[in-house]
Amino acid sequence: MSTFVTAIRSFLLLEVLKGLGLTLKYFFKPKATLNYPYEKGYLSPRFRGEHALRRYPNGEERCIACKLCEAICPAQAITIEAEPRPDGSRRTTRYDIDMTKCIYCGFCQEACPVDAIVEGPNFEFAAETREELYYDKEKLLSNGDRWEVEIARNLAADARYR
Amino acid sequence: MEMIVNFLTSPAVIALVWIVIKIFAVIVPLLIAVAYLTLAERRVIGLMQLRKGPNIVGPFGLFQPFADALKLLSKETILPSGASKTVFVIAPMLTFVLSLVAWAVIPFGEGMVIADVNIGILYLFAISSLGVYGVIMAGWASNSKYPFLGAMRSAAQMISYEVSLGLVIITVIMAAGSLNLTDIVMAQKGMWFCIPLFPMFVIFFISTLAETNRAPFDLPEGESELVAGYFVEYSSMSFALFFLGEYANMILMSGMTATLFLGGWLPPFDWPILYVIPGVVWFVLKITLVLFLFIWIRATTPRYRYDQLMRLGWKVFLPFTLIFVVLTGGILLGFGLLPQ
Repeated sequence: MSTFVTAIRSFLLLEVLKGLGLTLKYFFKPKATLNYPYEKGYLSPRFRGEHALRRYPNGEERCIACKLCEAICPAQAITIEAEPRPDGSRRTTRYDIDMTKCIYCGFCQEACPVDAIVEGPNFEFAAETREELYYDKEKLLSNGDRWEVEIARNLAADARYR
Repeated sequence: MEMIVNFLTSPAVIALVWIVIKIFAVIVPLLIAVAYLTLAERRVIGLMQLRKGPNIVGPFGLFQPFADALKLLSKETILPSGASKTVFVIAPMLTFVLSLVAWAVIPFGEGMVIADVNIGILYLFAISSLGVYGVIMAGWASNSKYPFLGAMRSAAQMISYEVSLGLVIITVIMAAGSLNLTDIVMAQKGMWFCIPLFPMFVIFFISTLAETNRAPFDLPEGESELVAGYFVEYSSMSFALFFLGEYANMILMSGMTATLFLGGWLPPFDWPILYVIPGVVWFVLKITLVLFLFIWIRATTPRYRYDQLMRLGWKVFLPFTLIFVVLTGGILLGFGLLPQ
C-alpha cells in the first residue's frame, strides 16, 4: 500500500511542485545583495583593516620606537629602526610594514602603549604590484592623517571594552 | 547590363533573396533571444537565490550579454595538441547550425513559416536528434577523459529520452491528424493539446529538459565530477558556439512545446478580441513562459544521479508513454474522435 501511495505521489510530482513553489516565493522576496561598490556594509569599531600611524593633536607622531609591535608581530611583518632625535626624544627613523606578510591579527595595535599603530577601517587598499604593499613610515603616517577621524571614533567606541 | 538586370529580376533569384531575407528575419532575433536568455537565466536564478544577478553593465544589466560576448571573442582559441583537429573544429559548428536549421519549419504565425513542409514534425524530431552528434564529436575529438565521459553520458541520455519524446509526439500526431506543424497548431483551436494530453505534456517537457542537457538532467556537464563535460577543452569562439547552440536548443525545444501543446500562435481563448494581438506575440509569450519554466526548474532541483536518470527514462517514461499512445488511440477510435 505504502509503495503504491509513494508511486502515486511521485507520479503527481508533488515534491517537485512544492520545491517550485518555494523557489517562486523566494523569487519575489527582497534580496540580500549589497550593491558593493555603491553600497557598503556596516563595519565594527574593532574592524582590523589597513594600518595607520597616528599623531598627537599638536602634530607630533605618537610612536616612541619601543618596538613592542615589532616583537609581538607573529608574521614578522614590521621592521623598526630608531635613534634619539636632537631634541632628546626617542623616535623611529624607519617604520616599515610588509602588508603582504601581515595577517591582520591586531596584536601590534594591542601591544602599542601609546595607541600609535592602529588598524583602521579601510580595507580597500588593493594594489597591482607587491612593491606598493611594502608600507613605509611616510605612507603609514599619511594613512593616519587620512583616517584619523574614523580611527579616533572607533577607538572611543571600543575604549570601554579594552 | 541588360543581362545582369534580367538575371537579378528573374523569379529564381527573387525567390532566393526572399528566402534569405526570411532566414535572417528568424535567425537574427533568435540570436538576440539567445543572448538575453543567458542574462535572463542569471537574473532569474539570482533572484531565486536572494541575489540580484548581473545588474551593473548598462541599465538593469541589459548589456551584460554583449560584454560576455566581447570577453569570449577576445580570448585565445586553443587547439589541444592531442585533439583530432578537424572534428574538434567542426563539432561546435555542427551543434550551432543544427540548433538553427530546425527553425525552418516552426510556424510563428498564420503562414509565417520558412518551409511549410508536410513532414514538419518529423524534420524537427530528426534535427533535434542529430544534436547528439555535435556532442559526441566534441567529446571524442578532444581526446581527453572528462569530455569523453561527458559526451558518452550525453549521448546515452539524449537517445534514451528521444524514445519517449517520439512516443509523445505520436500521440500529438494522432490527436491532430497531421505531420504538418501548421495543421497541428490549427487542430488546437478551441482546446490546446496540453489539456486533454496533460500527462504527455508533462512527460514531453521533462524529456526536453533531458534532451537539452538541462538541470536536473545536466549530468553530461556535472561540474562536480566532469568539470564541464564535453566542452572542457573548448575556449573562445568555439566555446561560445557550443553555448549559443545549447541555448538556441532550449529555445527550439520551448518552441516545439509551444507548437505541439500550447497552441502555437493561437491566443489562449478563441475570442475574436484576442486575435487583435498578432500571433507572433502569443507564440513568443508562450516560448518565454516555457523558458522561464526551464530556468525555474534549474533553480529548484538538484542534479539526478546517472542511474536514476536512466531508470526514469526507460522504466517510467517509456512504459507510461507506450500505454498512453495505445490509450489515446483507443479513445480517439472508440468515440469516433479521430481527425479526418
